[in-house]
Amino acid sequence: MRTTLLGEALPDAGWNGSGPLVEVDDIHLSFEGVKAVDGVSFQVSNHELFAIIGPNGAGKTSIFNCLSGVYRPQGGAIRFLGNSIINTKPWKIASMGMARTFQNIELFPNMTVLDNLMLGRHSSLSYGFVSAMVRVGKAERIEAENREVVEAIIQFLELELVRKSYVAMLPYGIQKRVELGRALAMSPKLLLLDEPAAGMNTEETEDMARFITDIKRELGIGMILVEHDMRVVMDLADTVLAIDFGKPIAIGKPREIQENEDVINAYLGKPHAVVETHMESNL
Amino acid sequence: MSHLSRFTSYKHESAIFPTTPQRVWLAILIVAAILLPLFLVSLVDGRSWLILFATAFVAAIGAIGLNIITGFAGQVSLGQAFFIGVGAYTATALGSPAVLAADGSVELIGFDLPMVIWLPAAGLVAALAGVIIAPIAFRLEGLYLALVTLGLVFVGAHVFRNWTALTGGVGRGREAATLSAFGYRFDLDSQVLGFNITREQQIYWLMLVFLVVMAILAKNLIRSKDGRAFAAIRDRGVAAELMGVNPTKYKTLAFAISSFYAGITGALLFTITGFIEPTSFSLLLSIAYIAMVVIGGLASIAGSIMGALFIILLPKLIDLVFLGDAIDLVMGWIPGLGSESGEPPLTSAQIERILFGVLIIAFLIVEPLGLYGIWIRIRNYWKAFPFSY
Ligand SMILES: Nc1ncnc2c1ncn2[C@@H]1O[C@H](COP(=O)(O)OP(=O)(O)OP(=O)(O)O)[C@@H](O)[C@H]1O
Ligand SMILES: [Mg+2]
Repeated sequence: MRTTLLGEALPDAGWNGSGPLVEVDDIHLSFEGVKAVDGVSFQVSNHELFAIIGPNGAGKTSIFNCLSGVYRPQGGAIRFLGNSIINTKPWKIASMGMARTFQNIELFPNMTVLDNLMLGRHSSLSYGFVSAMVRVGKAERIEAENREVVEAIIQFLELELVRKSYVAMLPYGIQKRVELGRALAMSPKLLLLDEPAAGMNTEETEDMARFITDIKRELGIGMILVEHDMRVVMDLADTVLAIDFGKPIAIGKPREIQENEDVINAYLGKPHAVVETHMESNL
Repeated sequence: MSHLSRFTSYKHESAIFPTTPQRVWLAILIVAAILLPLFLVSLVDGRSWLILFATAFVAAIGAIGLNIITGFAGQVSLGQAFFIGVGAYTATALGSPAVLAADGSVELIGFDLPMVIWLPAAGLVAALAGVIIAPIAFRLEGLYLALVTLGLVFVGAHVFRNWTALTGGVGRGREAATLSAFGYRFDLDSQVLGFNITREQQIYWLMLVFLVVMAILAKNLIRSKDGRAFAAIRDRGVAAELMGVNPTKYKTLAFAISSFYAGITGALLFTITGFIEPTSFSLLLSIAYIAMVVIGGLASIAGSIMGALFIILLPKLIDLVFLGDAIDLVMGWIPGLGSESGEPPLTSAQIERILFGVLIIAFLIVEPLGLYGIWIRIRNYWKAFPFSY
């Protein structure tokens, strides 16, 4: 049964501490004069689906990169699970329970779907290299147990038919789904989704929206969603933050943001054709 | 499917050799390798063939090691000669008797310990050397490791030449560690159950056993969490790190294990001839190992073994093809290459080096997957013959 599958497979996903899951406090990030993020603050709590919207180049991916430690903001503070992570290495932040997907797919192309997902389990595989080399008992057992977890994710994301395929061979829409699976395999406490529906057709977008809804319901983890498809954002988000040129313009409930003059102007202010169509069809 | 049966089926699926044809072919190959010395010993130059195969088996261990860091973890290392040297001298210092000078002082360090001590010690000391160097080698991305290990080979060559109490010095050298375990000498002709077994046969079988064990350990490693982490770092470093893989830790691990394998190779290699010359650990030796890995196939354990066999047997094959000295004659005929003194312009060793170079380049361009790639194509051609279903 779908309603229990994921929660049973990933008992260590989610967080039961108190206080906000993640707190971003006035962060600033610039690249040689370009202010990518310019004074952004927000909080995300457990169970919350927090969306960040904004025109192309607004700084959404840069915020993700600050959160996951790829970039170190020049100013501001970030706390994850109550701890400052501004000086924490990316792999450490990941193993604390921050998982993400990428705007441009970052799967391991020479690995199978299974191995990509098993790699997501990396921090949960608690055996050493000697055990790995001898492979009796411990390593064998831990691998098999985690394979169970990965199978549950494969079933949840309906990836059964491609589990042994090499990722490079798969169509784009499936790759996006595998990436979501790999992030789920990390048993996340916070899940960052960077344009999960980008480049997808209507049906694929609906599937993706359904998966995100199910993850929210079954795991109750906090999520930050960056997405240009406003229908997805309006349907799924609890809170929306709109930014432009790295600056926050508005924060609130999806309906409020949809009607906010500044947000509409920010989108219209961009002569970019793609953004305009997004604007017309979605807002 | 019940919880339990699924559990066991995953276990089976992730077995080291999952398919039946794979297992049957491997069994055939191993049986053939075990029986080969019984045939080889009857050849006129059977002894030299046995020695060559034993050498190739030992070299294959070092090639597997290099493939772990370079093929699987994607970090180019030129340091194999250094770590082979560290292993060789650790083994020899621990495993051969001390040599005293006329005045009773120690001329060559030696502790005369058994193989169960000197062999793992050689691997561990080499691995430790790897761990010490790793923080310098992995400070920067890219070819930095290649540069650091290149330097290491020169430093090592210098130390080995000049530390005469350990190495005996240039032109003198010293005896290698003694191949004995639990009182049994592998380096002497013997009789087992009434059968005569030559020294060369014993060494062949011993080295074959070591190779099989080391190959299985490596194969297990690469299909584990650590192997996936190596490949992830190699293919997409940033993504790997964002999945919780600590890049420094896994590069260091790959380098340490790679050095361990090189140390084992160093320890065993010279027991075959019984002698170590301190000039053996030059850059050329490292390049021979790079050639094994590239020609055999990057990121393949089977390929490493094929590459080592190929490179070690190459001189013998050249001799076979060109009927020995014929090669020198041919070279003498090429205008401009002939020298006044009538000496052959290129020795077979030089021809060998040129061939290495040509082969490395040829494989990189034509068959980047190496001999292993060629083998896969042949195998696909035959499908699962004769086990197709
Ligand atoms: N590594 C970098 N070096 C230099 N400039 C960068 C870098 N990364 C981002 N930028 C700049 O920072 C700004 C914000 O980029 P970012 O990728 O965060 O935007 P975004 O909101 O994700 O846009 P999109 O909707 O197109 O994905 C842009 O002007 C971009 O050119
Ligand atoms: Mg972006």
